[in-house]
Amino acid sequence: MSRDDFVGYAVPALTLGLGLLGWEGLVRYFDIPSYLLPAPSLIIATLITDWPTLSASLWVTLSITLKALAVAVIGSVALAILFAQSRIVERAFYPFAVAMQVTPIVAIAPLLLIYLAPGVAVLVCAFLVAFFPLLANTTLGLSSADHNLVDLFQMYRASRMQQFMLLRLPSALPYFLAGLRISGGLALIGAIVAEIAAGSAGQGSGLAYRIVESGFRLNIPRMFAALLLISIAGITIHLLLTALSHWLLRDWHDSERGRES
Amino acid sequence: MNKIATLTTNEIQVRQAPPPLVTLRGVDKVFANQVTALCGLNLDIRAGEFLSLLGPSGCGKSTVLRLLAGLAGPTRGEIIWRTNRPELGFVFQEPTLTPWSDVFTNVWLPLRLAGVSKEKARPRVEEALEQVGLAGFAKAYPRQLSGGMKMRVSIARALVTRPTVMLMDEPFAALDEITRLKLNDDLATLRLTLGATVVFVTHSVFESVYLSDRIVVMAARPGRAVAEIVVESPTAPRREGFRLCKAYADTCVQTSEALHVAMGDRPPKMLEGGAT
Repeated sequence: MSRDDFVGYAVPALTLGLGLLGWEGLVRYFDIPSYLLPAPSLIIATLITDWPTLSASLWVTLSITLKALAVAVIGSVALAILFAQSRIVERAFYPFAVAMQVTPIVAIAPLLLIYLAPGVAVLVCAFLVAFFPLLANTTLGLSSADHNLVDLFQMYRASRMQQFMLLRLPSALPYFLAGLRISGGLALIGAIVAEIAAGSAGQGSGLAYRIVESGFRLNIPRMFAALLLISIAGITIHLLLTALSHWLLRDWHDSERGRES
Repeated sequence: MNKIATLTTNEIQVRQAPPPLVTLRGVDKVFANQVTALCGLNLDIRAGEFLSLLGPSGCGKSTVLRLLAGLAGPTRGEIIWRTNRPELGFVFQEPTLTPWSDVFTNVWLPLRLAGVSKEKARPRVEEALEQVGLAGFAKAYPRQLSGGMKMRVSIARALVTRPTVMLMDEPFAALDEITRLKLNDDLATLRLTLGATVVFVTHSVFESVYLSDRIVVMAARPGRAVAEIVVESPTAPRREGFRLCKAYADTCVQTSEALHVAMGDRPPKMLEGGAT
């Protein structure tokens, strides 16, 4: 491990450790009751004792997030490809995609809960949030091919399909992956927000529902434990998508250049 | 010293026997934004010659290449190929490689687009890489290569279809002087072994004199041909020593004067005590 790596990992770990230690010390010194602020040690203990319930909820939230992300990827790429084929199609649909993006999901969720089964409504909310960054980035990527290469393909009489597969699609890949990293985090947020909206209607069993439920019961340590799991899930999704992006671009893209040496 | 033929709207006088491979007759090109890139251009390009188009920015020299490549059509006038349009190779100012594929796949591209499989293309790709001195670099990715090497890959890609006409749009403009001189030498040699016709766009007087059989000087606003210079070299192929010959120096002076005239300046006077 080089010195830079050491500093890169050790410094934030030290900050975190000191912060937790201070938190623990404060709670113990002032004897703060756990329904106001539980100590980190109690949160970890709750996480272990409540693991069967919490892990089941984690699984529900994660599966909604991943399904929503998968549907968003397929939908956005398909629509972006359609946009790339025809300017008119883009003009016709893009404003609606923007409108969908700027309307807060919390405001749409209650409406969706009326029309759809709660499980489906939560999925649709997470999808709506994850969809737009992917669509916007992939659309931009598909139209960002080097214009000299476009000329070259034309000069060698490339078919539309060849130009698409060999030029436009690979050109769009870095843009798509940047969108995917944003959407991965947003899908989780969308799922949580929708679950909270749905949870007040007495539905669902995801992590957000656990938080709402624990709040009603003043089970604050469990609230913190659920929150911790959500954070870990978000960080894991981000790291996995970053790794995917690195794996796909490492050979050629400038964004990966800094990682060499 | 006075070999400059001043061009009017008449065609350039054909001095040597070979008939033109392609003739541009009264070609105008007006872009969609109403900029006139070319106005009444008459130009013969002869089979096997190395022709440089030299001129300031905006004189339409790149537009001539795009017209020849069929990437755009003339607004007025005609482009007449003696036979069917031959196999063309095009080299851009930038290497214009696909960064996501290795050198082999980049060079394979023109054949791939014509439906030639990777295995069938292999001998041709390897031959092209050898011609530009990059044998053994097939698996490298563009970003692992220097600017000069990337340009060589770009030239190999143009060569892989065995073109009879090479169109080169300021291919070495972005390279450092040392790399540029080396690539000039290699291009001079390569061109003789291939026997291809080369149309070379540049704004370097020295490069055009070193490489060309003939230089057409162009002027801007509107783009048109204003002078023609025939370059004579004691040796064919050109060797580095040609840069030291008096003929080279004289032609450079003459070309540079023609360029000054084309740009509407007075040619500079030689300083007292200067030697020719």
